[in-house]
Amino acid sequence: MKTSEAAGVRLMRRRYLKQTIFFTLVRASALLIVLALGGVLFHIFYHGISAISWEFITRPPTDSMTKGGILPAILGTIYLTVGAIAVGLPLGIASAIYLTEYAKQGRVIRLIKVGINCLAGVPSVVFGLFGLGFFVIFLGFGSSILSGSLTLGFLILPTIIGAAEEALKGVPQTFREASLSLGVSKWQTIYRIVLPNALPGILTGSILGIGRAAGETAPIMFTAAAYFTAKLPGSIFDEVMALPYHIYVLATAGTHIEATRPIQFGTVLVLVAVVLGIDLVAIVIRGYMRRNKRW
Amino acid sequence: MNRKTKEIFIKYLFLLFALVSIIVLGLIVFSLFREGLPLFSTVAVHDFLFGLEWYPTYDPPSFGIFPLIVGSLIVTAIATLISVPLGVLAAVYISEIAPQRVKEILKSAIELLAGLPSVVLGFFGMVIIAPWLQETFDLPTGLNIINASIILAVMAIPTISSISEDALYAVPREFKEASYALGATKFETIAKVIVPAALSGISTAIMLGMARAIGETMVVLMVAGGAAAIPESLFDSVRPMPASIAAEMGETPFRSAHYQALFATGIVLFLLTLAFNLIADYVSHRFRQTGSATL
Amino acid sequence: MAANDIIRIHRVNFYYGAVRALTDISMQFEKNKVTALIGPSGCGKSTLLRLLNRMNDLIDGTRVEGEILFEGRNIYAPQVDPVEIRRKIGMVFQKPNPFPKTIYNNITYGPRLNGVSAADLPGLVEQSLRQAVLWDEVKDILDKSAMNLSGGQQQRLCIARALAMKPDVLLMDEPTSALDPISTAKIEELVEELKRHYTIIIVTHNMQQAARISDQTAFFYLGNLIEYNKTEKIFTKPDVKQTEDYITGRFG
Repeated sequence: MKTSEAAGVRLMRRRYLKQTIFFTLVRASALLIVLALGGVLFHIFYHGISAISWEFITRPPTDSMTKGGILPAILGTIYLTVGAIAVGLPLGIASAIYLTEYAKQGRVIRLIKVGINCLAGVPSVVFGLFGLGFFVIFLGFGSSILSGSLTLGFLILPTIIGAAEEALKGVPQTFREASLSLGVSKWQTIYRIVLPNALPGILTGSILGIGRAAGETAPIMFTAAAYFTAKLPGSIFDEVMALPYHIYVLATAGTHIEATRPIQFGTVLVLVAVVLGIDLVAIVIRGYMRRNKRW
Repeated sequence: MNRKTKEIFIKYLFLLFALVSIIVLGLIVFSLFREGLPLFSTVAVHDFLFGLEWYPTYDPPSFGIFPLIVGSLIVTAIATLISVPLGVLAAVYISEIAPQRVKEILKSAIELLAGLPSVVLGFFGMVIIAPWLQETFDLPTGLNIINASIILAVMAIPTISSISEDALYAVPREFKEASYALGATKFETIAKVIVPAALSGISTAIMLGMARAIGETMVVLMVAGGAAAIPESLFDSVRPMPASIAAEMGETPFRSAHYQALFATGIVLFLLTLAFNLIADYVSHRFRQTGSATL
Repeated sequence: MAANDIIRIHRVNFYYGAVRALTDISMQFEKNKVTALIGPSGCGKSTLLRLLNRMNDLIDGTRVEGEILFEGRNIYAPQVDPVEIRRKIGMVFQKPNPFPKTIYNNITYGPRLNGVSAADLPGLVEQSLRQAVLWDEVKDILDKSAMNLSGGQQQRLCIARALAMKPDVLLMDEPTSALDPISTAKIEELVEELKRHYTIIIVTHNMQQAARISDQTAFFYLGNLIEYNKTEKIFTKPDVKQTEDYITGRFG
């Protein structure tokens, strides 16, 4: 009797020991991820902050890009991002409306969803090749804001479709029923009831995709980005400088790589601040919306 | 146009928008093939895929991308080895163990990590990790397989962990309660009930994480070192496919054999990631979690 | 009798995929009367109600056989526009479902989209809210969100919203099941009032409610119409044993 009790206690101890080891591992993994993020952010901030000044963000580069600011790159990134939104957001919302409001379960919807998943998985450099082969060459748009925006717009399309689908599904079915039962047509129900109620969710979800558009490099390398432009762009058919490409150029090409290190870190800090700033806003708004849900 | 025809018209209009993703996928294939296929009038497919020498600018040039394929596969494989345990364990921590506050912080951290532009992580690998690796291990260069793999792992972790977390979260409560009611510890419940029930979702997460790593461009462009040779150790440099495309496309004459070879490399890369995505899609549908039926 | 019927159902079968939810239903609904549909959960009473304004169209994989005639016209005929039907046959749902808009805009939403001129809207709002006995409670807060009203007020707002379309028929799908007893009583009084102008078909779980407010009662069981008669008769001397068992609480 005594011995079997002792054996039971030993067994329990061993089971809990396993659990303790596992929990330690799990916590260590989580900690490591946070440390990775923290480490990257810390280094960027630590090395980059000294380069940041009012001149840095409001002046163009000078002396073969070894001095001066990054204004053209900031503006270029803004143009490209706005262009990508203009392409991706309407298309994404319209796709999601079809998928959630019109499509019946079946082959067509399955095919479309597989297509969206595959598009989401296309490597960014392949998007770059597509942009080059299709917009720049085949449609003759040249390397320009237009080509870059279209390429980035299609790149973020799956993200926006996903966000919009989730937000549309979040609108209670009872709203649709109430509207239809009043003799209001399906399209008007979508336009007047479903869409306005889903819009905040669609926008916050899309912001994460928008952050991605601002930070991508490979898709704009052959479609929009210029190494250096003497003036600011005047039309959508002009090439632009862009923050991500500027970082790549300064860090890998040219003869002053070591000398321009502070500028590189400064540019990285600006890009990270822009992208993570956008993401953080989305995360905060989303948290707020979840807590204050009206239905 | 009466209301009924108008409604039908609107429905098909939205169907058209929903098909945009598939149309774009088609245009990607079209563009890649249009610019890339002409290569095979001068170079045999077999020599292209399995040729050991990538000397695109020599006279005569040789276009063997086998070293590039090997480069892509090896950094992806090692990145997977690093990111899968970290990503899955972090997902377990978030969905099963962490207190609410920690959970929210960790989820935001992972989301921000996903939001970091790849050029920023590439820059970090180049400027911070490479010198450290070089000094610590007394290497000729810190830009090598292991550095690229670490950074790629950091990029794949958010994908793996967030999709795994969704899968874990979807495991029905009853399973957990049944396990606890039988006197299982939390660890035993996680290891023997929850994780097996979520296995298809976790597999999907891993496939998508790998697809992300294999297609990632800026990191391998900036950090992998760029040597187009079959590596002999983890500290050797490699030139994965995306790096080769991104680095050389800017310097090659329009529609030269080299240009076509880069597009053809894009086709290989596209098909490879497409395969990963289709497998992920198949796994997630074929073994869809449908309550108790999966156990 | 027949001349007074506003809706006639003729040999209707209804399927969710392969599952038959209603079997060979034939019945008529009399004008300006209250008809109650009763029966245990899953008996098909709500399904039948939703067939009358084609709300089941919204569910994938459903199929209707037979005819439902509204004012002599089959509403399932191919050229019929369900939107047209729903204008004339309004509906109130189980849970109050106001839109997250102001009280005023909840009422005007339907009429506005159906071309009622802006000048007529304030009058219509007042009239509808009076009919739903809500006017005195909300006349000063018409520009406030409907989501701030109590459950009972929200449900009366939904009734007012349906009435603003000036329908001929009002379908009510367990309209009081989510409400407290006082709100329930108010809505029952309201139904009594409304039947002077409208034909009301109400699904209810609550047999006392059916007995109190309806003129006709139909008892459904497992997708079949078991018995349909004057309410008084159903609750005092039902013809069918199953009806009696249900009414007296022996099952369901």
